[in-house]
Amino acid sequence: MGEIVLNIENAGKSRAALQVLDGVSLNAATGQRIALLGHNGAGKSTLMKAVLGLTPLSAGRISVAGSAPGSAAARAATAYLPEAVAFHKSLTGREQLTLFARLADCPVAQVAGYLDRVGLSEAADRRIGTYSKGMRQRLGLAQVLLGRPKLALLDEPTSGLDPISRHELYAIIDEMAELGTAVLIASHTLTEVEARTDRIAILRAGRLVADDTLENLTLRAGLPTRLRIRANGDAAGRIVDATGGTRVNGMSVDLLCAPERKMTELRRLSAMGDVVADIEMHPPRLEDLYRHYSTGENH
Amino acid sequence: MIRRILAVAMIEATITRRNRWLLMATVIMVLFAVALTLAGSAPTGTLGVNMLTVSVASMTTLSVYLAPLLALMMAFDSIAGEAERGGLGLLLSYPVSRAEILLGKFVAHLSALAFAMIVGFGVAGGLAAVQGGVDAASLVALVRLILTSILLGAAFLALGYMLSALAGSATGAAGLSAGLWMVFVVLYDLGLLGAVVFDAGGWFTQTLFPWALAANPADAFRLWNVAASDGVAMATGLSGAASALPDWVAPTSLLLWPVLALLLARYFFERLEP
Repeated sequence: MGEIVLNIENAGKSRAALQVLDGVSLNAATGQRIALLGHNGAGKSTLMKAVLGLTPLSAGRISVAGSAPGSAAARAATAYLPEAVAFHKSLTGREQLTLFARLADCPVAQVAGYLDRVGLSEAADRRIGTYSKGMRQRLGLAQVLLGRPKLALLDEPTSGLDPISRHELYAIIDEMAELGTAVLIASHTLTEVEARTDRIAILRAGRLVADDTLENLTLRAGLPTRLRIRANGDAAGRIVDATGGTRVNGMSVDLLCAPERKMTELRRLSAMGDVVADIEMHPPRLEDLYRHYSTGENH
Repeated sequence: MIRRILAVAMIEATITRRNRWLLMATVIMVLFAVALTLAGSAPTGTLGVNMLTVSVASMTTLSVYLAPLLALMMAFDSIAGEAERGGLGLLLSYPVSRAEILLGKFVAHLSALAFAMIVGFGVAGGLAAVQGGVDAASLVALVRLILTSILLGAAFLALGYMLSALAGSATGAAGLSAGLWMVFVVLYDLGLLGAVVFDAGGWFTQTLFPWALAANPADAFRLWNVAASDGVAMATGLSGAASALPDWVAPTSLLLWPVLALLLARYFFERLEP
C-alpha cells in the first residue's frame, strides 16, 4: 500500500438544521481507485467540495498530501472533475486546456498530447459550444490528467456517457491509478463503478455506512442467493413441500438461501432426481447490495 | 502571481473578443460620440471656444452615463455566471487565488473598455478637430476625458464584480447592476439637487454639497473634467460646484474608487461558496 494522499477524519458539516456530513472518516492511498456511492443528497458532492477547500467543515479535519484543503500545495496536488461541467462556450478546447495548464504550472506544449489522449485532437480548435456532452466530459477528463495529480476527484464522471465512452473513461482512470494517482469516483449507481474500483465507500444521509472491497461488502451483507427450480410435470408441489420454497408459477419454485447454505441445498435438490428439470442460480446483484447499504433495508 | 493573472486575463480577453463585447462597446462609443459631436457643434460661435472643446464637453456628459453602463454590462456575469455554470469550482481547484482571478478579469475587461473609449472619443475628437479647429488646451482636455473615462469604467467594473459575487445568480447580478447604475448616475444627483433646492443656498449648499458631489465617482469624473478646463466648464455650466472644492478632491475620489471597489469585490468573492 502506498502513502496516504487523502486523509479525512471525522468530517462533519451542518447546513442550517441539516447534518450534511456526519463523522465521515476515509483514507485514500496512492494508486487506489475508490468509489464513493450514495443517493442524490447523501453528501458526496459536499465531501468533494470540502476536500477541495471550497466549503469549510464544521467538525473534523481533512488533509490532502499533508496540507490543508484549499492551500496552494493541496490544490497543486489535486485534480477535480465537477458534475456536468460547463466550460465557456466561445472558447476552443485547446484554449480552455491551455488556461488550465498555465494555472497548474504544466508545460503548455503538453496540451496537445492530453487532448489526443482523450480523443479530442480533431475537435481541439472547435468551440466548446459545438461539443457534445461526451466531448465536454472528455475535455473535463483531459484537465484532470494535467500535471499528474496525486489525487483526482471525479464527480459523476460517467453521467450522460454512452457505453463506449464510459469504457474509455475507465481505461484512462486505470491508467492514472497505475501512475500513482489516488482516484475518488462519486456515483449514484454501483453498476457503473463495480469492477473498476479497489474499494467502495457508501454514504447514507451524510454518514459513511460502508468502506471496503466489493467481496467483503458482499460477504458482510450476507444477501441470499436465489435458486429458481423448474419442476418436471406437476412436481412443483412436492418441491415446495421438501424445500420450503415459494411457488412462482405452475412449474417453478423460488428458494432463497444464505451463501454458505447454497451447496447443501443444491445437493439436496439433485438427490430428488427426475423431479427437478433445471436450476437457475441468481447471486445477489450489485444493485441489491447497494440498496442494502445505502437504504439500510434488509431483504 | 503575475503569470496566473495574465493567463486568466488572456482567456477573458479572448472571450470578450469572441462574444463580440469588444466590437459592440466600440461601435456604441463611436456612434454616440460622433453623433454628439456633430449635434453639439452649434454653440461654438456663441461661447467663443473651438469645436473640439464643445465636443469634449458633450462627450463628458455622455461618458458619465455610458462608461458605467458598459462596465457593469461586462462585469455582472463574470463571477455569478461562472459559478452557475460550475466552472468556478473547477477554476478554484487550481492553485490560483480569487484575487488573481479577479485581477485577471479586471485587466481584460478594462483593456476592452479602454480600447472602446480611445477609439470612440478619438474618432469623434478627430472629427471635431478637422471641422472646427484645435488648440493645445482642447487636445489636453480630450486626452483627460479618455483617461478619466477609463478610470470611471474601472470603478464600475469593480463594482460590477462585487455585485456579481454578492448576487448568487447572473440574473440577480443583472438586476443589482441596473439598480446600482440608476443610483450612482441618476438618483444620487437628483437627491442632491433636491437637497440644494430645499436648502436654498444655506450651509448644505455652501459646504457639504461639493464634497457629497465628489464622493460619487460619476460626479467626481464630471468635476475633474470641468475643473481642469475653463472651456469645458463654460460649455457644461458645472463650474460653480467645481470651483468650491480644492483641485485634488475630484481626482482623488476617482482614483480611489477603483481600488476601493476592487477590495470590496475581493471581500465578497472570498466569501462566496461555489
